[in-house]
Amino acid sequence: MYVESSKGKIRRLWDFHGGLHLPDNKRQSLQTDLTSATMPARLILPLRQHIGEPAIPLVKPGDRVLKGEKIADNTAPVCAPIHAPTSGIIKGIEAHSIPHPSGLNGPAIVLEVDGKDEWADLPAPINDFQNVDKSLLLQRIREAGIVGLGGATFPAAIKLNPGKAIRTLIINGAECEPFITCDDLLMQGAPDRILNGVRILQHILGAEECLIGIEDNKPDAISTLRSHLTDDEPIEVVRIPTLYPSGGEKQLIRILTGQEVPSGGFPAQLGVICHNVATTAAIADAVLEGRPLISRLVTLTGEGIANPCNMEVPLGITAADLIEQAGGYTGKSSQLIVGGPMMGFNLSTDQVPITKGSNCLLAPSEEEVPTTGSALACIRCGRCAEVCPVNLLPQQMYWFSRAKELEKVQDYNLFDCIECGCCSHVCPSHIPLVHYFRFAKTESWAKEKELQAADHAKKRHDFRIARLERLDAERKARLRKKKEDLGKKKPVKPAAKGEDAKKAAIEAAMKRAATKKAAQQSPPKNTDNLTPAQQKQVDAVDKHRAETTADQE
Amino acid sequence: MQFQTFSSPHTDRPNSVDKVMLQVILALLPGVLAMTWYFGPGVLINIVIATLSAVAFEALVLKLRKRPVMPTLYDLSAVVTAILFAIAVPPLLPWWLTVIGMAFAIIMVKQLYGGLGYNPFNPAMAAYVLLLISWPIPMTSWLPPVVLSTNPLDFMQIVSAIFTGSPPTGLEWDAITMATPLDGMRTNLDQGQMISEIFQSPVWGDFGGLGWEWVGNWFLMGGLWLIYKRTITWHIPLAFFAGLTGLAMITFLFDPESYPFALFHVFSGGAILGAFFIATDPVTACTTRKGQLIYGVAIGMLVYVIRTWGGYPDAVAFAVLLLNMAAPTIDYYTRPQVFGHGDNHG
Repeated sequence: MYVESSKGKIRRLWDFHGGLHLPDNKRQSLQTDLTSATMPARLILPLRQHIGEPAIPLVKPGDRVLKGEKIADNTAPVCAPIHAPTSGIIKGIEAHSIPHPSGLNGPAIVLEVDGKDEWADLPAPINDFQNVDKSLLLQRIREAGIVGLGGATFPAAIKLNPGKAIRTLIINGAECEPFITCDDLLMQGAPDRILNGVRILQHILGAEECLIGIEDNKPDAISTLRSHLTDDEPIEVVRIPTLYPSGGEKQLIRILTGQEVPSGGFPAQLGVICHNVATTAAIADAVLEGRPLISRLVTLTGEGIANPCNMEVPLGITAADLIEQAGGYTGKSSQLIVGGPMMGFNLSTDQVPITKGSNCLLAPSEEEVPTTGSALACIRCGRCAEVCPVNLLPQQMYWFSRAKELEKVQDYNLFDCIECGCCSHVCPSHIPLVHYFRFAKTESWAKEKELQAADHAKKRHDFRIARLERLDAERKARLRKKKEDLGKKKPVKPAAKGEDAKKAAIEAAMKRAATKKAAQQSPPKNTDNLTPAQQKQVDAVDKHRAETTADQE
Repeated sequence: MQFQTFSSPHTDRPNSVDKVMLQVILALLPGVLAMTWYFGPGVLINIVIATLSAVAFEALVLKLRKRPVMPTLYDLSAVVTAILFAIAVPPLLPWWLTVIGMAFAIIMVKQLYGGLGYNPFNPAMAAYVLLLISWPIPMTSWLPPVVLSTNPLDFMQIVSAIFTGSPPTGLEWDAITMATPLDGMRTNLDQGQMISEIFQSPVWGDFGGLGWEWVGNWFLMGGLWLIYKRTITWHIPLAFFAGLTGLAMITFLFDPESYPFALFHVFSGGAILGAFFIATDPVTACTTRKGQLIYGVAIGMLVYVIRTWGGYPDAVAFAVLLLNMAAPTIDYYTRPQVFGHGDNHG
């Protein structure tokens, strides 16, 4: 397929296997203009809002912090700092419900808002970024706490330092998930911030060309961005067909360049880097204004929310506070989803804060998102394989995941699954396929860890045995030498024989003790949860061991 | 506020198993009606007996297995098995053979393997083969199509024949039954006749047996509708016909007097029904695209081989069951290339 990109250039587009045409449901939240949320009385700032190591608090309860002040960071290589979204007092650092599929609590800084919204001293704006060293810009982006705002939340500064020559910068404005419109509104409302961010990124990466990919169901965003481009810069806005999940990083790269990111690899290997439009705008704020990431756009939508809209919200505001500002609940929804319908997850409570990665709160009615009944058996119809954008065979993977045959699932390329949900959507048996694949992935990781631990313990054990043997041999050699020196005067052979036997017995006993000790040090795994039969066997062996030990004594 | 939680994706699911099965049943209707038109109400009576017994056996086994009964019955898969079986057997088949067939199909072939989705063999075809081997005479005693019938039976005569197992009073089985076109062709060829001679007989139409050939057309319409509705894809049917007609054409070109032309094979016996409705049974077929092509071609070729050189005049059931066995292996060796695993890395 060929499309005309900005500046009349004809670009070839590629397609990927499968994909879905979904009802986009974007109209609802586009009825009202973008507004700013009012500051609530309290903000909850989880320490892990990014992929990598959690941040460590730099403040303690009772401290007063100013807007934009760094309140948590970590020296670990993969981490992003967290800043205070407004001024106030640190109330505590405690476990709080966080937006995570597990529904578990996580550590968070609780900030009591003082209402003064007093700014801290921000780093000076860097306006002539073209003449500034790249490392300075990367440092600025890192310090601003910017992560991938499309949902992946990978620290942006790390992604911008690929250590490889980058030819193409791709900006992801596809926003292919139904219901979500915050990127669309950002592109319409803040094209200059996005384009400035693009220019900064292009400078950092030295990319020859930049392609901004936007699905064709957002014509206003496309035309706005195009009208803000200057004639001579190598930035093109490319209209791509609306097809879920074309906003997936690998899918978008495929559409725009025809290349496939190698399995287990990174886009940088192809000379490509991909960033989301919101991330790009945040980077512009950090460089040109010194402003850290303390707010983001969030779509509030679904028939369960009175006034569907988009808001610029401070990070840390709870879903409950935010939905109240959007007119509250209508009572038409029994669920609350963070993210889009395809890849988002359900919250069990609305006391969960908005974090850097939360792009949407969706409270759908039963008509919009019917709650599905129990799953039936797989009839192997293969529709899942037909729509899979990665060209997997979900029906086979399901079979093996269910049987917990983890090696088989991996053999069917489990780890290439992007969890887009296409397979589950079309399954006539309503099997939660993605759920099974997530399960198989976590199981595989756990098993891998266990194997590594066992391997490590075994190595330590072997090493210890070898060391003991060596020490023993050295000691024996010493003794023998000593004895030889002494024995030169009066050789008493029979006694020596008895001595040797005794020594051998002592050595054997020591070796056994050492083995036992080493075994105790390795994680006691295989003797947990034994069946009665196995227990009996173990008891028998123990008894035998006790007897032989007794015999020798 | 507290909320319920579900697994993603959170969407209105467009497909369901009962919808798939219902579409298959609807697609079978034109063919079923055409069969009833040509072979009398025995076809419908068989369908009723088969459906009732299939549903009863399914409910019984589910109860024994302590599984929910109603959700499974609602998926309509037992009904599809029953209809496919009932239209594959002769219209006057004694009722108890139909019941035995369904018991075997549902209990042994389907539920003992774990029920819908777990059965390696097509239940309807397995039952058909069981009966064909065990009771060959009633399983091959077909009525002539109504256009050729010298002794047309009325409704009550048909009912009594099915339920008593004996021919209507005053008539012998031989007087009311007739060999199928495939059977007739085989017999005549074995007697050393030329095909041009054989086609002199008034029992032949344009492509195959008079009457018979048009039943296939109606199944073809239903099958094409299924492809249009995307309930099935074109891969298996097309590959099936390619395998069947490919071999038929080669042998026909060698000796047109001993080997009937390709369309004869398409419009005779269970070819069209098999291609669109039986070989495409998702549970027992291949699921990869490439695998489906291999699977279809292999069934088509096997049908031709058994029809021409094997011991039975028709072979769809045998061919399908044989390839059911091969399906997992074919699937294994025809996995598609996963995104990022090729050499398309720029």
